[in-house]
Amino acid sequence: MFWNNHMETLSGAELAALQLKRLQWTVRQAEKVPFYRAQLREAGVGADDIRSIDDAVHLPFTRKQDLREGYPFGFFAVPLKQVVRIHTTSGTTGKPTVVGYTRQDLENWADLMARDLTMVGLTDDDVFQNALGYGLFTGGLGFHYGAEKIGMTVVPSATGNTKRQIEMIEDFGVTAINSTPSYGMRLAEVAEEMGAELDSLNVGIFGAEPWSDNMRKELEERLGITAYDSYGMSEMYGPGAAFECEERNGLHFWHDSYFLEIIDPETGEVLGPGERGELVVTPLVKEAMPLIRYRTGDITMLMEDRCPCGRGQKIARIMGRSDDMLVIRGVNVFPSQIEHVLLSLPEVGEQFMVYIDRKHHLDEMRIEVEINRECFSGELKDLARLQAHVAGALRETLGLRTSVTLVEPGSLPRFEGKAKRVIDRRGEVW
Amino acid sequence: MEKKSEYVIKQISVFSENRPGRLAAIAEALRKEKINIFAFSIAEANGFGVVRALVDNPERAHETLTDMGFMVSFTDVIAVKMRDEPGGLYETARILGDAGVNIEYSYAYSGKDAAVLVLRVDQAEEAIERIIEHGGELLSRSLFT
Repeated sequence: MFWNNHMETLSGAELAALQLKRLQWTVRQAEKVPFYRAQLREAGVGADDIRSIDDAVHLPFTRKQDLREGYPFGFFAVPLKQVVRIHTTSGTTGKPTVVGYTRQDLENWADLMARDLTMVGLTDDDVFQNALGYGLFTGGLGFHYGAEKIGMTVVPSATGNTKRQIEMIEDFGVTAINSTPSYGMRLAEVAEEMGAELDSLNVGIFGAEPWSDNMRKELEERLGITAYDSYGMSEMYGPGAAFECEERNGLHFWHDSYFLEIIDPETGEVLGPGERGELVVTPLVKEAMPLIRYRTGDITMLMEDRCPCGRGQKIARIMGRSDDMLVIRGVNVFPSQIEHVLLSLPEVGEQFMVYIDRKHHLDEMRIEVEINRECFSGELKDLARLQAHVAGALRETLGLRTSVTLVEPGSLPRFEGKAKRVIDRRGEVW
Repeated sequence: MEKKSEYVIKQISVFSENRPGRLAAIAEALRKEKINIFAFSIAEANGFGVVRALVDNPERAHETLTDMGFMVSFTDVIAVKMRDEPGGLYETARILGDAGVNIEYSYAYSGKDAAVLVLRVDQAEEAIERIIEHGGELLSRSLFT
């Protein structure tokens, strides 16, 4: 099913022409922002120098740090009068990044979201429980307006009060749920405790943090759904910039609204399809806050094969944000890899916490995992064996020795919004 | 001769993280349920431990602790009465050693009429048979129900 068949399947010369026109417009829009005026002048390029979409490579990059320095409204290209909403990113250090939307931006965003939800088969017959945070976080409102646009019955449940969430699914006959993957696991856990069958539920949409294929299997089995991955970030309006279709093999980006590049994060060199690198996005229709070659920090690749659904080029599922990436004794580790390993081990739960310390100038990574109640024999030696088994499995996947601590089931924190499972206590490196 | 299974006793084994207050939580739960602890020990390894206990009502202890969220399981052990005087432990240990029975772990308590050695062994039936053969005395499981 298509929401906007023409735009969703645009390809070849037609797509390139539209992208070019919109890129030129975006650069012009960006020139209204002092930061970009200076940047473009320094790079010696302007809107008129963009004669083909390949000329994008001459444009300068925008980094997260640049946006932070623009706090609060330094990146707005329109007067505040025309900004009808602001959101902020969850800044972990210092000031957050503020993003603004014109009325047209909100319209564009809702339209992309409507494409996403229609793509996974949702219609005005569906009851949609939106269990993402409402408020400054883009997740809740972003999905909300797209779901309303296609006429779904929207339950704006936000996060928290998990028992009530389960009751609503059952009482309202909810057919589709949207949450972070970690909150999806929490919903499954509580539903099981309550003995709730969740019969009406068919579709689950999960995003805002990376999640593995094992997690997908787990969510699908325990919630009785088909699970879809969603992708986006505040800088691209919010969620919905890319989404899985029913093939569930990569995420379709909306190429009429975003121009994508994959670069080598070290050299900035543009990489070809099939090569993994950092995703760089130039939104093509953003009015209030145009961005040029925004470095997302997300690691993915452009997929080569065409999708049977007929839509445009896909990106591979995101393994992790380069912000999430941990460097432990020189080895790159994504928390999603740890989760993937734990989900393959029936003896332990999928919840975990990671603690990183530096002892005698060496990074030490300790992972706490919950033992599965059924696997407790009562024997210390079995526990010691399990501990070694988990550490061995982690070592095999991560290429890294870790220390594993077994903890009681249900004792690790559960997260409702974005999970925060890594506590890095190493401090600054000098 | 009585059935050997008569002497196989259910020990409760409770998983516990190695941090302050865990034993108190376990002990408090048993106190509330008026469950008496005959003997217990804590085995520790690498950040966690197993609390092992012989109680007068293992089924109820299991249920209570499980409801509280603890991980609990039953482990078969035997309890041998020892003379509470020099050489008491030696007698029992020698019988098992001679019989080729391996002791995985053990703990003891001093009861009203005798000292008791609680043993987790690799061959419980063999152990019971040899101890009885040598005139030793084992506690019956009926004491722990």
